[in-house]
Amino acid sequence: MLSKRLINKKPSVVARVALGMLPFIATLIVYMWFSDIRLEANPNDKLMPSFSTMGDTMNRMAFVPSKRSGEYLLLVDTLASLNRLLLGVFISALIGLTFGILNGAIPLMRAKLSPYVTALSLIPPMAILPILFIVFGLGEVSKVMLIVIGITPFLIRDLQARTLELPREQLIKAQTIGANSWQVIVRVILPQIMPRLLVAVRLSLGTAWLFLIAAEAIASTEGLGYRIFLVRRYLSMDVILPYVVWIALLAFLLDWLLRELSSRLYPWFQAQSGDKP
Amino acid sequence: MSYISIKKLWKSYGGNIVLEHVNASVGKGEFITIVGTSGCGKTTFLNMLLGTESASKGEILLEGALIPDEPNEDRGIVFQKYSVFPHLTALQNLMIPKELESAKLLCKVFGAKRKTIAAVAREMLAMVGLEQAADRYPHELSGGMQQRLAIAQALMKRPKILLLDEPFGALDPGIRKDMHKLILDIWKKTQINVFMITHDIKEGFHLGTRLWVFDKVRHDPDAPNAYGATITYDIPLGKCDAQIYNEIDTSLEQSRKELDILETTL
Ligand SMILES: Nc1ncnc2c1ncn2[C@@H]1O[C@H](COP(=O)(O)OP(=O)(O)O)[C@@H](O)[C@H]1O
Ligand SMILES: [Mg+2]
Repeated sequence: MLSKRLINKKPSVVARVALGMLPFIATLIVYMWFSDIRLEANPNDKLMPSFSTMGDTMNRMAFVPSKRSGEYLLLVDTLASLNRLLLGVFISALIGLTFGILNGAIPLMRAKLSPYVTALSLIPPMAILPILFIVFGLGEVSKVMLIVIGITPFLIRDLQARTLELPREQLIKAQTIGANSWQVIVRVILPQIMPRLLVAVRLSLGTAWLFLIAAEAIASTEGLGYRIFLVRRYLSMDVILPYVVWIALLAFLLDWLLRELSSRLYPWFQAQSGDKP
Repeated sequence: MSYISIKKLWKSYGGNIVLEHVNASVGKGEFITIVGTSGCGKTTFLNMLLGTESASKGEILLEGALIPDEPNEDRGIVFQKYSVFPHLTALQNLMIPKELESAKLLCKVFGAKRKTIAAVAREMLAMVGLEQAADRYPHELSGGMQQRLAIAQALMKRPKILLLDEPFGALDPGIRKDMHKLILDIWKKTQINVFMITHDIKEGFHLGTRLWVFDKVRHDPDAPNAYGATITYDIPLGKCDAQIYNEIDTSLEQSRKELDILETTL
């Protein structure tokens, strides 16, 4: 058989899973190896705890009520963080959808708002975190606001671009079947932008996590980011490392959920965009 | 009085004169096919009828009144592609015109009203031979089926004029034959005014009651954009013969050559 070009070679399902797992397994093995070496030299070494130490610690965090508050810390942290993250992303998505579509669909609106959004998006959100703390206090609002400020400009600009990309033929066609501006937006633009919103949200989730953890690190009493920065003082790598993996897992799950949601709700979009997992 | 009058129509983009001196008068129910070399301004002309482009000079009258410079229900359109909504099934694509009519704010109808609208839409689907494909999305339809759907959708609001811009240009010859039959059937049934652009002169002759050839009358080899195209042949069909066909073909040869030169120098 002739050998195909590299760009045309596709792995089989089994090979794909195996190839996908390989780097993970390799990382684990390398970690275990170095951890063993360090622990052999110094059994009290905290930098690279063994898997059993991490297992014990996480067991305690997840399933044993904390002595001080009687709460299950991993659960409390996870719920607090997810709550902030989802609220922030949801508000951003709503604002992004509204202004993205309005800017994209209405030239008069775009002329007024587009430069403003561009200017806003140039401000580094972390630089205004102190302002948020001063204005909204150290409570939940500031943390959610940081996420909103962090990802909304991207969402608006991305969805504006996606709206402008819709074929002009469709907007003309809609007018010839009697649609007014409102109807074009509601029946032609909005439903076609929805799956694109999900794509944009998936892209912005990483940034949202970044701002969440930053806000939690600075002022909080619970949350995944708060915990990591709290135990850093005691060099508790046995908490930090599993927490980081847990955050990554949550991020992966959220991404997967959004992708599933998109292919369930918008089967036509998958076919159109050729979006494959 | 004529149904549509085109009076001293000019169109230019900056220094590029696309159309000049276009004069014509069209009776009710005429089926006009338009041919011409690529880039000579056929689409531009159709867009002016549609209302997405405005004339630089001159005017187009529909039933004695200036044709609105914004698309509306009077003029249905079928493009070569992107004519139907990809997020709606075939049936939904035909329901949306009536839905928008009866739900100005909500944009969607429910209950008994929805059933009535669906029934009308199904009738139309059957007329264009798509009853089996009611619940399929456009991406699940072949190119020919998509164009059938697009034609049906354009007719839902009973427009006065149907505009077709190379609607079958991307289809296989066999399928194109079926489409010709469909469009002629529809035209005979509704007596709607049709303007259809085609790059296939044979198609232009086969369909319609009248053939227009768009071409430049004056040529300036040093400034290809100095003169625009106009209607050089306006032939009532049915009585056309091989001689006229050959005459048009040779007349377009000059413009084609010029286009080739332009393309090779670009
Ligand atoms: N929006 C526009 N701006 C500038 N030039 C245009 C525009 N639309 C069309 N043209 C020019 O007008 C000429 C005719 O185009 P078109 O009507 O699309 O030709 P046809 O449909 O006959 O192939 C072309 O030279 C094209 O470059
Ligand atoms: Mg064209």
